[in-house]
This record gives sequence, structure tokens and C-alpha cells, in this order.
Amino acid sequence: MSEFGAAQHALLRKRYASEKRFRRVGGAAVLTALAALALLLGSVLWRGVPAFFEQRVRLEVLLDEAVIDPDGLRDPISMAEANYAGLLKDALAAQFPEVSGRSEKRALVALLSAGAAYDLSDYVRANPSQIGQTISFEALLSDEVDLLLRGAGGREVAEGTRRLSDAQLGFIDALAERGLVRHAFAVRMLQTGDSREPELAGVLGASAGSFWTLLTTLALSFPLGVAAAIYLEELAPKNRWTDLIEVNINNLAAVPSIVFGLLGLAIFLGFFGLPRSAPFVGGMVLALMMLPTVIIASRAAVRAVPPSIREAALAIGASQLQTVFHHVLPLAMPGILTGTIIGMARALGETAPLLMIGMVAFIVDVPSGPLEPATALPVQIYLWAESAERAFVARTSAAILVLLAFLVLMNLTAVLLRNRFERRW
Amino acid sequence: MRFLTKITSRGVNVFYAEKQALFDVNLDIPKNQVTALIGPSGCGKSTFLRCINRMNDVIVGCRVEGKLTLDGADIYADDVDVVALRARVGMVFQKPNPFPKSIYENVAYGPRIHGLASTRADLDEIVIRSLERAGLFGEVKDRLHDAGTSLSGGQQQRLCIARAIAVSPDLILMDEPCSALDPIATARIEELIAELRESFTIVIVTHSMQQAARVSQTTAFFHLGHVVECGDTAQIFTDPHEKRTRDYITGRFG
Repeated sequence: MSEFGAAQHALLRKRYASEKRFRRVGGAAVLTALAALALLLGSVLWRGVPAFFEQRVRLEVLLDEAVIDPDGLRDPISMAEANYAGLLKDALAAQFPEVSGRSEKRALVALLSAGAAYDLSDYVRANPSQIGQTISFEALLSDEVDLLLRGAGGREVAEGTRRLSDAQLGFIDALAERGLVRHAFAVRMLQTGDSREPELAGVLGASAGSFWTLLTTLALSFPLGVAAAIYLEELAPKNRWTDLIEVNINNLAAVPSIVFGLLGLAIFLGFFGLPRSAPFVGGMVLALMMLPTVIIASRAAVRAVPPSIREAALAIGASQLQTVFHHVLPLAMPGILTGTIIGMARALGETAPLLMIGMVAFIVDVPSGPLEPATALPVQIYLWAESAERAFVARTSAAILVLLAFLVLMNLTAVLLRNRFERRW
Repeated sequence: MRFLTKITSRGVNVFYAEKQALFDVNLDIPKNQVTALIGPSGCGKSTFLRCINRMNDVIVGCRVEGKLTLDGADIYADDVDVVALRARVGMVFQKPNPFPKSIYENVAYGPRIHGLASTRADLDEIVIRSLERAGLFGEVKDRLHDAGTSLSGGQQQRLCIARAIAVSPDLILMDEPCSALDPIATARIEELIAELRESFTIVIVTHSMQQAARVSQTTAFFHLGHVVECGDTAQIFTDPHEKRTRDYITGRFG
């Protein structure tokens, strides 16, 4: 027998040293990853949070009956067509009695957002009894004013190179000095669809589009994927055909998503003539894209169920299908759900295939069903990111925040579902 | 013959793909007795056991030739329903394999899928009676809705026995039921086997010759896929006719 001597102790020290080194490298890797995540989240939050706030100016608006409802019929449709912009214009001009020129007046009115008139119209329709009175109304200011008041406006650059003129800067400063400008939470960000005006654009349209798309994806790919996995794993004979199918599924999982988009364009839109820009079609395309992932994850989960459970069920006289549905599937469910959620998360962030089937259109309305034209969150991010208006930078980051919130929500659901299934006795 | 025959095997050959696992097995398994199948590892005794309830069907490439009858009816006939056969032939495995469900659900599962109980009360009765017969009821009566997997190994194996007898089979196959258990749990199962013999025919595969001698009335010795000798347990262990049997039971090989 050999001695455990000095040489062995030296070797032992070396082994400990290498272990320590490995731990440090691992720790450093995790820290780097965390730092990168913090940087990413920090930058998105920094840019995105301002989009959830807007600037308003409080004006004394005379709800002139002669303008709003000259016939006195209180008919909501004709009332909606009244010149509310003119009322606001008068109210704003009242703040600056010294302004008289046409172009100066136009510059003053340009401070207001186009949305202010719609807001006033909505207000009047909700409160018809106030027609004829002078009310205190908070009018939405335009995106450029918002940027300026947030300190991102670029006051320092020369007049010709910025969107607001010196005169307009003077108006804003005067309004702010009089305490009429207010910074408020922008509920409309969560209540509206897309818009050409950054201060009016919201994420609800894209979120609803994403919701209908993913609902279709889940409804199609989950049952199909699980059924395919069960068939291949438990029921199908093992022969050359099933081997071929397996190889194909594995390859499909690696196919770039845009290819599925092209397939959807050719088959669903071209051949079957389904509507463009519909979340239902987007969901079908994403379901095709997700199926391989779901099948592979489900097969792995089904395979991981111990054979002794199958034997126990078969030996007691359960049919093969009963064995699968009563015993194998419940045990495989946590794994299947994990795989499905990973696939869904990927589908949620997918842009390319949706571009191919027309979900990239400019759509203002919030879709109320899977067949109405819509866009999706990642596509909305892409659209806003390439918009010219500077205020869309904040909207882009805000949409990313909403997308991330959806992701977290989905993962949370997955964890909860998994725990529920694991504890089911 | 002094006994009724439950299972008859005539010229049974079993192949796993190209490899032959059993050669021309001729065996009579008597009713309401315990028949032990002994032999060294890989001799085909488990294969034979799994032929009786056709658990070999699920193994790809497994082929059974010859005639195997249960109460005179061919087990491998075309019109035999495997599910119905397995309801008549219960099985207990080497490693306890309760379902990851409650103790109650483990026992109730068989009667439920076979429609043996029409009311909840009937089902309760079957479950309780089965647990009692498996000698487990006293230990678990206060926690029937706990997980079956929370029991000890010996209790789990008795739960598996309760699960098997809950569907009132004629025959129980046991594939080394005690090999994963400690001596006390083993003794408990052996007692149980002796009690169950009154109502069931039992075929047990075991590696322990002492166990075979203790629990069985008939013993068959398998070697390399052949039945070397089959007969009265006392005779096999005291006065074997074959040299190979004698060598095995005296510990020269195996």
C-alpha cells in the first residue's frame, strides 16, 4: 500500500485550488449576467417610464351652445362633429390676449395635442348638462411640449433645428409659470391603440392583438403537440417512419421563424384566403412554429415517467389509453407545461412571421376578436422604433416594458400550474 | 393428480427479437397453491411469469409460441381481451410501484376502471376489504388520503398487493416481491402470501431459496431458459432428481 504522503497532500491542495477557481469563474459569470440584465432593465425603465405620463394644461373653456349644439337637440352624433378644437383655441388664446397674428395664433394652438379636442368632445357627451357653462378643462399638450417640459426638448439648440419656435417656448414657459401645466399619469397609454401622434398612441391594441394571437397559438399547439407526443412515445410502432418523423420534428424546431411566416402567407392567406392581419392567422403560424418545441418537450416529459407506473396500470387491467391519461399524462404534465410556456414565451416575442402575414399594418382600433385586424406587441415595438417622432422612443421602451410584464406573468402562471400539478394526489 | 390445474404450459418458446429466452416450457400450476419459480438470474422465470398476463405484449420484438392455458382457455388465442385477462391475473412487481396518488385511490383505481362498484359505499367497502386482506388496513386507516408513496417499502408492497386483489383476480403473479424489502417486511409479506393462498392461486418468482421453501407448495427450477425440474417443494429441496437442481439449491452455482 502506498503512503498518503507529501506528494498526495500537494495534489490535494491543487484539487482544492482548482475547485475554488471554478467557483470564482462561475460566480463571476452569474454576476456578469445579472449586471447585463440590470443594465437592460434599467435602460428600458429609464426610457420607458416617461411614456406613462403626459402633460396637460388647465384651461377655462366656454362650452358655447351655439358651437356645440346650435339646434338644441342634444343629439350625440351631431354634437360629436362640433368644432371643439375651436373652443380650445379660444380658451388658450384667452390666456395670451396680446397674441393677435394668424401665424402666431396657429403656433399657440399647435401646442395642444389633436387628442385634446377628442377629450373635450367625450367630456361634453358625458356631461351634456354643462353646455353653456364655462368649465375648467385639462387639455392634453403635444408630444413636443411633453419632451420639452421633461427636459428632453433641446432648448439649447438653435431655433431652426427644433420643432418648437422661440415664441412657442415663451408660451409654454408662461403657462408653466401661471401653474396651469400639470404632469399626470397617462391612462390612455393603456387604453388605446396605435396613433400617428405619439402622445395619443397606446399599447392596448397591440396587447389585445398579442392576446388573441397567443390564445390561438395555445389552443392549437398545446393539444396537437401533446397528442403527437403521446402518440409517438406511447402508441406508435417504432419503425423507419416514426424515426423519420422524429428527425423531421427535431429539424423543424430549428427552422427560422420567418420561414413559417412565408408558409403562412402562401397557405393560409394565399391558398385558403384567410383575412390579412388577423390574430387568428398569426396564431396559426406561431402554432406551427411552436409545435416542434411542444412535441419535443412533451415527449421528454412522457419518457421521464417511470416505466413501473405504466406496468402497474397495465397489470391491473387498464387499457393503454387509460394508462396514458390516468397515470402517464398527469405525471408528465409539469414537464409538458414548462415546455409549452417556453414555446409560448418565444411566440410572444416573435415578430418576423407576423410581418409576413400583414400584422404589421397601422391599426388604430383595438381588436375585439381573433378575426379583426390587429398587430402584436413585438411588431408594435418594431413599428414605433422606426417612427420619426422623437416621442416614440419612450413609447417603444414602454411597449417593451409591457411585453416583459406579459412574459413575467406567463412564467408565473407556468410555475403556479406546475406546482399545482406536482402536488396533486 | 391431487390438485386442480390452473395454468398449463405446453411447449412454450419465447423470443426477444432473435434471442430465445424460453425453450419448450411444460409446466402445470396448481390451483390455490403457491408455486415458486426459482433459478439463477436470466434463466427466464420472470419471462415466463410475464407470459401469463401477457405483459410481454408491450415489449417490442417479443414473440410467444406454444400453448399456455388459464382454466383450459388459451391465453394467446386471438379472441382473448388482454385487459380482461389482466383483470383476472393480478401482478405484484419487484420494486413497489404504487401510483403517485392517495392510498385510497391506489386501491380504488382497479375496481373503478372495471366498474366493480356501483356506489361510493361499495367502492369504500372494496378498498377497506382489500387493505384488510393485504394486512395494511390497521396501519393506514387514519390516513387513507395520504400519498401511497409516503409509506415504507414494505407497506408500499402490501399496498400493491391490496391494489392487485381489489379487482378479485383468480391468480396473482409476484415477481420477486421481497427483493427490495428488509427481513421483517419480507416476513410480513410471506405470512400474507400464506393467507392469500386460501382464495388465490399464486405464482412467485424468487431468488431466495429459503423463501421458496417457506411459502410454496410447488417449485419449478429454471435454468438457461429450460425447466429443469418441477415438483413438490419438499421433494425439490430434499430429494431433487436432477443434478443441476441439487447443485443450485446447495449453492454450487447461481
